[in-house]
Amino acid sequence: MLKKRIIPCLDIKDGRTVKGINFVNIRDAGDPVELAKAYVNQGADELVFLDITATVEKRKTLVKLVERIAKEINIPFTVGGGINNVSDVAALLQAGADKISINSSAVKRPELITEIACEFGNQCVVLAIDTKLIDGQWRVYVHGGRTPTELLTLEWAKEGEKRGAGEILLTSMENDGTKDGFAVELTKEIGKIVNIPVIASGGAGNGEHFQDIFKIADADAALAASIFHFGEVKIPELKQFLRKQNIPLR
Amino acid sequence: MIAIVKYNAGNTRSVTNTLNRLNVEPVLTDDPELLRQADKVIFPGVGEASSAMNYLRERGLDQVLKNLRQPFLGICVGMQLMCNHSEEGNCELMGIFEENVRKFPVEKGKVPHMGWNNFTSCKGKLFQGISSDEDVYFVHSYYAETGAQTVATSEYLLPFSAALHKDNFYAVQFHPEKSAGIGQKMLQNFLNIKN
Repeated sequence: MLKKRIIPCLDIKDGRTVKGINFVNIRDAGDPVELAKAYVNQGADELVFLDITATVEKRKTLVKLVERIAKEINIPFTVGGGINNVSDVAALLQAGADKISINSSAVKRPELITEIACEFGNQCVVLAIDTKLIDGQWRVYVHGGRTPTELLTLEWAKEGEKRGAGEILLTSMENDGTKDGFAVELTKEIGKIVNIPVIASGGAGNGEHFQDIFKIADADAALAASIFHFGEVKIPELKQFLRKQNIPLR
Repeated sequence: MIAIVKYNAGNTRSVTNTLNRLNVEPVLTDDPELLRQADKVIFPGVGEASSAMNYLRERGLDQVLKNLRQPFLGICVGMQLMCNHSEEGNCELMGIFEENVRKFPVEKGKVPHMGWNNFTSCKGKLFQGISSDEDVYFVHSYYAETGAQTVATSEYLLPFSAALHKDNFYAVQFHPEKSAGIGQKMLQNFLNIKN
């Protein structure tokens, strides 16, 4: 049976791990490679690295970091942040990343999804969507959640799939940083309209939140950052709790 | 010498990294002579089957590979290319295994099959010391049917071949190089196979 995945997310700035609380304040939580290895040992199923300061001159630093990560860890990992074209993707995949995630660049130029999928396969394209509820409708935000767009989240997810995305990483900005739980209803709705895996992100605070996102929303994977980094939720205990709720886990 | 087949659909970096952790420095090559001389050959693959097959045929590599005598390990698309026929691009494959490759029924569930899944009834040298029901990492939209050469079965929407074996040819649908400790053990088992 296919298992549900628990995915720690590491936000990277200048080669170090950080996590923005509600995308604003930033706290330092260590060396990405060391943290990644610790997560692998704890039983993380996959890792996501988001480069939040990805600028052109920093790109080479990121590629070097990805090479180091790939040498040290033996589970799949996704790299995102500032990816604008097929050659950015080629550099990261050659460095050892398994998947890449795109967000603002895909909104700006949706063809990018197709270009990457055609060149490297759908399986390596993760469409990251940051979303916020505006006047009763979920809207897509870009630039790390700073800029609203006209796009409706449900439609964008559907279009992303059609254009070749292999997975959706859905972050609810309403929930992110609150530790009050994931956006269950939205995740459930997205899961019903697309036929690719959905990773829920934003709002995890305890084991019940993971239980809800897997059982009620039927998410394929759940992602969290600070609660893992600061040890508020530990992956082995979390998995033990979820197994008791009959959620299939590795 | 351990050779990794160099072609247009290889994800060689991860396999190389895992072999390095096992203190092996593989040689990445498409030179038929080097491939024939290698103690073992690994054939990884990510991508689209028919374009990979065309690439191999144009260079005569398909014939070189299917006539190798040393232990040979296909991974993911590498495994699929060793089968008989694929629905992906409707192409004839290398025909080392008699099983056919089909697309997962999209009307039944999400495709690709992506994530950790277990296999059952595993047998043979690759699985020595590895119990059934271990989880390994899969990512694929096409699958090899189960058949006479199936040595491990997994289930997603339907039962399919997680591993195939015939003579010196071994193949796995999942990614041992991405399957944590269990995958590393499997690669070590492959390296331990006597020629």
